[in-house]
Amino acid sequence: MFDNIKIVYHQGKQFIPDVTKAKVPGIFRGRPVISSEKVNVTELIDLCPVDAISASPVSIDLGKCTFCGECAKRFPNKIRFTTEYKIATNDRDLLIVKEGLDQPIEVNPDTVRDDIHRLFGRSLKLRQVSAGGDGSCEMELNAANNVQFDMSRFGIEFVASPRHADGIVITGPITENMAKSVQICYDAVPEPKIIVLVGTDAISGGILGNSKAIDRSFLDKYHIDLYIPGNPAHPLTIINGLLDLTRKRKSIK
Amino acid sequence: MNHTTIVNNQTIPLSEIPEVDYKEFSGLNLGFLTNSPERHCVNYFGYPLGNQIKLICCIADDSNQKIYLSSCLVAKTDTIDSLTNRNFCFEKFEREIHENFGIDYNDHPWLKPVRYAHNRADQTQTIANYPFYSIESDELHEVGVGPIHAGIIEPGHFRFICNGEQILHLEIQLGYQHRGIEQQFLEKNKLLQRTILAETITGDTVVGHTTAFSQVWESLCGFKVSRDIEFARTIALELERMAVHTGDLSGVCTDIAYQLGNSVFGRLRTPIINYMQEWCGNRLSKGLVRPGRNQFPFTPGLAARLAEVLDVYEPDFLEMNEQMFQLPSVLSRFERTGVVSYDDVLSIGTVGMAARMSGLSRDIRSSHPFCLYPEISHKPIIKHHGDVYSRVQIRKAEVKQSIQYIRNLIQNVPEYDDSEPSFNSPKPNSFTLSLVEGWRGEICHCAITGNTGELILYKVKDPSFHNWLALALSVRNNEISDFPICNKSFNLSYSGHDL
Repeated sequence: MFDNIKIVYHQGKQFIPDVTKAKVPGIFRGRPVISSEKVNVTELIDLCPVDAISASPVSIDLGKCTFCGECAKRFPNKIRFTTEYKIATNDRDLLIVKEGLDQPIEVNPDTVRDDIHRLFGRSLKLRQVSAGGDGSCEMELNAANNVQFDMSRFGIEFVASPRHADGIVITGPITENMAKSVQICYDAVPEPKIIVLVGTDAISGGILGNSKAIDRSFLDKYHIDLYIPGNPAHPLTIINGLLDLTRKRKSIK
Repeated sequence: MNHTTIVNNQTIPLSEIPEVDYKEFSGLNLGFLTNSPERHCVNYFGYPLGNQIKLICCIADDSNQKIYLSSCLVAKTDTIDSLTNRNFCFEKFEREIHENFGIDYNDHPWLKPVRYAHNRADQTQTIANYPFYSIESDELHEVGVGPIHAGIIEPGHFRFICNGEQILHLEIQLGYQHRGIEQQFLEKNKLLQRTILAETITGDTVVGHTTAFSQVWESLCGFKVSRDIEFARTIALELERMAVHTGDLSGVCTDIAYQLGNSVFGRLRTPIINYMQEWCGNRLSKGLVRPGRNQFPFTPGLAARLAEVLDVYEPDFLEMNEQMFQLPSVLSRFERTGVVSYDDVLSIGTVGMAARMSGLSRDIRSSHPFCLYPEISHKPIIKHHGDVYSRVQIRKAEVKQSIQYIRNLIQNVPEYDDSEPSFNSPKPNSFTLSLVEGWRGEICHCAITGNTGELILYKVKDPSFHNWLALALSVRNNEISDFPICNKSFNLSYSGHDL
């Protein structure tokens, strides 16, 4: 008994009091900023392993980016990765960071489906499906629920059955061998339901986008409610993305 | 000679691997392993050569740091005698060869699909109609779990045959995670793309697999790695081991409903992976290991910071362990649960922790040392009961060992060599094999190049490839409610197996 209390005491305060303002340690690669400096664009584009960089204007698609940081290392005056972890959005186009613009990537509440705020604003239960994910995004989703990040304090939890869920969270590029299971799981979730894609692999297929073992046709059929980029997505990116999706109020018209 | 001998990370011309007929080939490789627990098959695979299949078998000898290579040619339509029928450790390898190329075996006892690879020979085999083993009996029932599991983990299907609460048999069907990684290594031409592919083989062994790929590439190109690179890889491998072991101790506590252990170990993993982020910008070390290059130099400042992190981590880790291992309610769930005997692990050829738990010493860090391990002269942690308790003990002891290794290493941080690497092009018509001890066990990557030095084969073997069978054996005669702790105590990779 006393030993247990001692152990608890030794842990100190572990939880992050404000997950919207916490600072991440070290040199985290979050939202990139692209300067207007002139560089050899062909070389820059050729450098990217996943064709996430395009020209005129020079831009990086965070839905494709594997956050390897090679571009920032080779062209440090052109591209810089900030520690800004809030990079989740409901608008696929907002994931494309353009040169000369240093703007936050956010959820746009006006384009979020109407029911989401009202129904899921205080309680959101999700069913996670890994479909070819390498386990990294899965580990970070688990970490989002550990004692430090403690996502369940906001009423956001992962449940075992799709019948208990308000939506599915997909990680991985969706392999051919998992395609049917993803569909069955989605169909089992009662309406209204949301789809969240976590990690670069889920959003674009990432480095495996061209593989013949991948079947992404499921994603063409439905509206995606939230994109959470990263390789893997950071727990703070995940939590802030889900909070913004369900809690941001629409602008008054 | 009917075989040739190499050491870890050596490149040889492909023509130096002697080609013998199948009869001699099978006799030779079975002979290597007969009554020799110090030898094991690190890889056995085929690749198409014209309309035939070339088989290459790699047997590692842990007593003398040697690896024996031999090869043979068989026709796709051949029906041959299996090695598995005489030594079970070839079971998965031969199933893979059968699945990929359609080679039939006369006497393979378990010739089932491995992962339903997209380029498999028989496309009529689909993941939905896997031939499960079943027993006709009114007294038995089957329990199917997955592919989607209750928690946030990767997919795979488990089929239990139970008598009441007791498991008689478990069959594990994988393949849901198959992404075509090996084929992508051939299709993607840029070095950076291939490195990122290696990082994505399995997210919990990023350093391990990327180190194996880097070593293959450096060896193929005849590149001499500077000490600071090897230093960084060694530190990163040990930190990866610490982070996963700590996380798995937390997972094991969850599965026996020990809340304090779950929370404390769970939170203790965070400072280690956050340290990785401070070092390389990514909590799971993606971006850290690069062929020929020290992407994020390990500075004296980082060394001081790491010492600080370990000083805070260690007392809390030890305190939690001490408390956990004296609780009868914890021990009663760990002890004699999920036992795999020495004879079984030897016969199925498990590697890493899944061998060391049962008294079989398999640790590449000591048997085929790479990076800075020759200097460390690593002593593998060996337990003998093969149960959950042994596996948990190994994790605790290995974390302590890793802390010790890291503390010693960071006393002397080597100077950072910032010269840009210049790679020669990969040697043509060559074969390379790299072994790395990841936290889970032995990782083996093999590469073969063609006439112009282009990759014509890239073969990845994660330790999970062998070890899944150990999990299936461990749960026999246990209660089905003990499956979660058995599973978590192994913590095997789905993506590393399915590729």
